[in-house]
Amino acid sequence: MRTIEASALTPIISRLCIEANCRLPQDVKNRIEHCRTCEDWPIANNMLDKIIENYNIAETDNMPICQDTGVVCVFLEIGEDVHIKGHIATAVDEGVRMGYKEGYLRNSVVVDPLFNRKNTGDNTPAMLYTEYVPGDKITITVAPKGFGSENMSRVRMLKPSDGIEGVIKYVLRTVERAGPNPCPPIIVGVGVGGTIDKAALLSKKALMRPIGVFNKNPLYAALEIELLTKVNHLGIGPQGFGGRTTALSVAIEYMPTHIAGLPCAVNINCHVARHVTEVL
Amino acid sequence: MTHHIQLPLTREKAAKIKSGDTVYLTGQIYTARDAAHKRFIELLRHGDELPFDIEDAVIFYVGPTPAKPGQVIGSAGPTSSYRMDAYSPELLKLGLRGMIGKGKRSKSVVNAMREAGAVYFGAIGGAAALLASCIKTCESIAFEDLGTEAVHLLTVKDFPVVAIIDSAGEDLYVKGRTAYLGR
Repeated sequence: MRTIEASALTPIISRLCIEANCRLPQDVKNRIEHCRTCEDWPIANNMLDKIIENYNIAETDNMPICQDTGVVCVFLEIGEDVHIKGHIATAVDEGVRMGYKEGYLRNSVVVDPLFNRKNTGDNTPAMLYTEYVPGDKITITVAPKGFGSENMSRVRMLKPSDGIEGVIKYVLRTVERAGPNPCPPIIVGVGVGGTIDKAALLSKKALMRPIGVFNKNPLYAALEIELLTKVNHLGIGPQGFGGRTTALSVAIEYMPTHIAGLPCAVNINCHVARHVTEVL
Repeated sequence: MTHHIQLPLTREKAAKIKSGDTVYLTGQIYTARDAAHKRFIELLRHGDELPFDIEDAVIFYVGPTPAKPGQVIGSAGPTSSYRMDAYSPELLKLGLRGMIGKGKRSKSVVNAMREAGAVYFGAIGGAAALLASCIKTCESIAFEDLGTEAVHLLTVKDFPVVAIIDSAGEDLYVKGRTAYLGR
């Protein structure tokens, strides 16, 4: 059994908050740069050029890529042979607090959604998910999530009879309805199965998958490719000004579900698809 | 078409800008987003004055990241405009001539824009570090308690925007997409 002090998470979370906000993952950059070569509409080209220029400036100057530095989603995959001494959530929040202060990142979290929309002042709490995995390591993923795109995300309890066509329709309708609002080109995370909450979590996890890596199940991989083609035929384009690049990628995660149900969640991410992972 | 516009944005200058045009703005603009807009309307309800002269003004929907030492402003890209739709028509009636944001607007905003001869500009969502480099000064002028949502007066130089909806109500989101639907 390996013992880790919960406080050891704090400096790592802090550093990852800053890194994620200032440096776009290489797979996202590669995909944007590839899509730039597919556009022939001058406005679409101009938008992608500016997006590329922006993430280069952010990386060089260590500045946030986007002013919406998000609410921080933290995923901890904890090895079953690890004993964590101390309070995990407290240590994670302390890391967020440190990172957002040291990195001059924007605090965007309010105390209460209805009765007290006052800023918490330190971007806490993180949206923390923990799960147990084999081994004696902790895999930490930090993903600041902006709300321009989060607000355009949806979940619906489809009927089993809606089937594959129902899922395709729902994803396309969600992207079409969102239009320019979530800052396209977007990444579409889809979660199918489980319960309403599991479907939503799967759709969020789908956004963490590197672009170009498809679902291991070939049926789902084929559906991802079909959906990406169909989404890009919507014509919304970079920033919604028209073009071929509406989405950079579509990723689906699935799990078993009830005989009576087909939960389907669509989580949209903007082109500033921030996430960074480190193993402790 | 490309325009280099010196602010304030008079009705005459606004009328020349067409949906789809690239525009570089130079001069002074104001920042305001959800909470500041709510307060503007509350001030007007009480018969009080707005914290700045709104005639020919341009409002940028932004909540920037904090400035690091030596910086004018932190990263400063647009936020989604639809959340300001409930408030914008009243401001347009008072002479607001330009709005900078991203995303769709409601019919009532477009109607009010037509009457006011105003333009809705899009700054590139998520291009916040690039846009910050076009902001030369930043001064807090109202509602400092709102933090990132306070009203700031910005001096911008060649601030790059695209005219999404022009003063005739033409919408680039409709035109641009139609050309690529199914392609």
